[in-house]
Amino acid sequence: MENVIIGLEIHVQLNRLQSKLFCGCSTQYHNSEPNTYTCPVCLGLPGSLPVLNRKAVEYGIKVGLALNCQIEEETLFYRKNYYYPDLPKGFQISQYDFPLATKGRILIKGEDGLERDICITRAHMEEDPGRLVHAGTIDKAKYTMVDYNRCGMPLLEVVTEPDLRSPKEARAFLDKLKSILEYLDVFDGSLEGSMRVDANISLRGGDRTEVKNISGFKGVEKALSYEITRQKNLQRRNIKVVQETRHFDELRSITVSIRSKEEAHDYRYFPEPDLVPMRIANWVPAIKATLPELPDAKRERFVKEYGLTDDHAKSLTSEIKVANFYEAVAAKAVPRLSAVWIADVLKGELNFRDLGIDAFQAEHMVEIVNLLSSGAITEDGAVEIIRTLLDKGGSPQEIIKARGLGKAEDDAVRKAVREAVAENAAAIADYRAGGERALNFIVGQVMKKTRGKADPGEVHRLVKDEVEKA
Amino acid sequence: MLAELKERLRAGSAEEYLSRLFEKIEKSSLNAFTTLARESALRRAREFDKKPDQGLLAAVPIAIKECISTKGIETNCSSRILRGYIPPYDAHVIERLKAEGAIIMGKTNMDEFAMGTSTETSCFGPTKNPWDPGCVPGGSSGGSAACVAAHEAPCSLGSDTGGSVRCPASFCGIVGLKPTYGLVSRFGLVAYANSLEQIGPLTHTVEDTALLLEIISGHDRRDSTSAEKGSYLPGLKDGVSGLKIGIPKEYFGEAVGEGVDERVEKAVWDAVSVLEGLGARWQKVSLPHTRFALAAYYVIAMSEASSNLARFDGLRYGLRQGEDRDWHTTFSEIRSLGFGPEVKRRILLGTYALSAGYYGRYYLKALKVRTLIKDDFLRAFKNVDLLASPTMPIPAFRIGERINDPLSLYMADVFTVPINLAGVPAISVPCGFAGHLPVGLQLMGPHFGEATVLRAAHAFEAATPFHEAKPEVV
Amino acid sequence: MITKEDVEHISWLASIKIEDEEKDEFVEQFNSILEYFHQLDEVETDGIEPTFRVVDLANIFRDDVACPSLSQEEALRNAPRRENGYFKSPRIV
Repeated sequence: MENVIIGLEIHVQLNRLQSKLFCGCSTQYHNSEPNTYTCPVCLGLPGSLPVLNRKAVEYGIKVGLALNCQIEEETLFYRKNYYYPDLPKGFQISQYDFPLATKGRILIKGEDGLERDICITRAHMEEDPGRLVHAGTIDKAKYTMVDYNRCGMPLLEVVTEPDLRSPKEARAFLDKLKSILEYLDVFDGSLEGSMRVDANISLRGGDRTEVKNISGFKGVEKALSYEITRQKNLQRRNIKVVQETRHFDELRSITVSIRSKEEAHDYRYFPEPDLVPMRIANWVPAIKATLPELPDAKRERFVKEYGLTDDHAKSLTSEIKVANFYEAVAAKAVPRLSAVWIADVLKGELNFRDLGIDAFQAEHMVEIVNLLSSGAITEDGAVEIIRTLLDKGGSPQEIIKARGLGKAEDDAVRKAVREAVAENAAAIADYRAGGERALNFIVGQVMKKTRGKADPGEVHRLVKDEVEKA
Repeated sequence: MLAELKERLRAGSAEEYLSRLFEKIEKSSLNAFTTLARESALRRAREFDKKPDQGLLAAVPIAIKECISTKGIETNCSSRILRGYIPPYDAHVIERLKAEGAIIMGKTNMDEFAMGTSTETSCFGPTKNPWDPGCVPGGSSGGSAACVAAHEAPCSLGSDTGGSVRCPASFCGIVGLKPTYGLVSRFGLVAYANSLEQIGPLTHTVEDTALLLEIISGHDRRDSTSAEKGSYLPGLKDGVSGLKIGIPKEYFGEAVGEGVDERVEKAVWDAVSVLEGLGARWQKVSLPHTRFALAAYYVIAMSEASSNLARFDGLRYGLRQGEDRDWHTTFSEIRSLGFGPEVKRRILLGTYALSAGYYGRYYLKALKVRTLIKDDFLRAFKNVDLLASPTMPIPAFRIGERINDPLSLYMADVFTVPINLAGVPAISVPCGFAGHLPVGLQLMGPHFGEATVLRAAHAFEAATPFHEAKPEVV
Repeated sequence: MITKEDVEHISWLASIKIEDEEKDEFVEQFNSILEYFHQLDEVETDGIEPTFRVVDLANIFRDDVACPSLSQEEALRNAPRRENGYFKSPRIV
């Protein structure tokens, strides 16, 4: 979309850490009773002081390096001062000047099908505020309840340049970022609130609006699509787009203005006096050495090592768990065939059922691929095995036996072919008259007789031979 | 004095001693205390009487300034907005004291959120100076100083952001120390200006201060700015022979805004002579940026305060009343009701100083001036071991005299604030009288030079009678 | 020079309601205090680094180890208004 300008600010919870950013409260608060994971520090009680989690800094550097950023030699925390019920100290400890990482990039496939770098302005560390629970919708609730369990969770804020040109590109960027973060094992994307997105969007020549706190990548695409339409409509009617902050209403799939009056964001940043600077230049080489193979590199290797198509490689490396699954299977079964069955079939079946790759055992896939290679089962049969394993469990061998999915014996097939040809003289006449389709009718009859256990391609060949003979 | 007290308590009854203190406080009109922890304190005393333990402060009662967190005991910083707040944790210094057997007897009155020089901004009304109840005890740790001077407590803890331990020590005729920044953990100290403040002891003698410092100082994992401790009791009595004392010319005469009371100047020069007589040598030095210290201090303190006090909104603790409207309206009303005028002033000015467009002009500028002031001290300490000056330019003023003119109150801090800006240690010891009101001598040392400061203060004290003087009320 | 509008804006930023009677008094006091602060303009500070903290420490950390938290009751003990384990806050809008 030529005239659309989109920038993203993504807040990632480093929830693979054991404790919060500035205190020892556990990070495993998800689905717990409210206010059971707090302490004087993350509650901001008078007199409390923050102490920085070393590993959080290591994770931050890891992400910075994986995003091809420069890591700041001496970085420090600042106070971002504003009032809100979810912010117990009345300020958030964040970063401002000298953030941890700057000037990075991520490769995505653009709208035009070409790969393009999206620039990352900065990545910095900050603490998560608490969680508001409204008695109703945000604008109609009579009061709000606050749970500070989340308060103090370590966040990494990743800010992009306004390089994105469409909701689809934004989506692609987020998918890639999530993938990289999971490869690094700094973050579990399945936990609620683990990744929150603010989007800035404008049409060329117009002012930009900010849509805050969107959860879920589908939400981001929808919010951006709605905004583009809304702004285009305003433009068409010669009405100026107001520069403002908006909120994405998930239920109605629209964005609504949440600002009641003109307010300038004056955060009065100053360096946090209770913390000291981090001098981390000499941490970088050691951390760089521990970086795992990242998605782009893994994709290239899959193409080279396993002889896969780029599309398959891309599909198999978007999630680290799937990539590991694939390699476990490809070690014991034909790699290219494994790729087809995992990328083209298994992934689809999993998505349909809203399941992750954990729902399927690698050994089972090894078996299935090997059975296919040896011709012991048909493609349809393989699909049925996969579906049954997901829906009911069991093992491939059990399912094959129970459902009689073993490919029909050669003799049985030939017998069925001879019978079908004999029974369908009319069809044969049609075929001789030039009706290729009549053959298909006979093939269908053979499939019925063998209860679908024959290989359709092979049956077609046999029927043709038989008919030609007759 | 604490050493003798410990012996007496071991030989006699801690419960009896403590009960008598509580009775005295009941009858007192000084208003030094805000909360008395009678039950828990007497229980501890009884336990000790039954089975004495060996701590360095075993059974010694100690009074704690309102702004230092005490688990289970109300901690309200003498502010309406925090009335009723009971911390679920002890400040680090309280843990240290308890570990040595001290008994937390109660909380003392202060200027609201430590903002003041006279304890007049407290929501509980002012504390009176034991030497003259019509006069202020100094601030902001006025209650902590008054109760010790009036023998209502044998020792106490205060906090010093711009002179808040040294000023009341000077006005009440006792010893008060502000340690090097970082030496005493701030974990549990309700923050006013966190790059400037330290908790410090208030006692009758220098030896008592050294003992308390020994106990409360040292690294705390929970305070990222805290340092390792030194050693303060050995060498305390080594005397001042050969010690070089610098007298900063900017701290005397007309160099100072309002001028120094001539009785104060005389008492301090006499003190310097005493030290000379004990073997020290003095020389004039210059701290050329002294006259900018007040402005720099207030800009920095107000800016930090505006952020540190942002957490008081009535949601998690403290004042909340009336019907809730939308959050911004409700928070704004609570803060308006709960904060006194001086606190409001400082928060608003601090907000202004940090706001867009003014950050460079005020906050950043003040921080650069701070560098110059700190460097003044570093340079001076290349040539001398200690600096000496009056603690306050005047003796205690009358209650109500300055409270309606904020600037005049700020000016009284002229000799104390440069020390907080530089982060160096300083002690105030009684060195004479201006009429019937005490005068304090301030001795300043280089960073982590507490041992030298205490040594000199002790030598002075041993050669003079001022630490034995008692106000009539006692 | 601080104006009444400035005081109103600052009081909004600082979330402290100022009554009309207070505004005039604050304007006067602020201006005299700020004038006093302007002394700092006299000091030559080109090339001088600001002192954000007087300690020369860096790299102070804690280990990534989870520790026990306060109980819900302890966390809420001082809450003036609460409901079902939550802090009850005034509404957002």
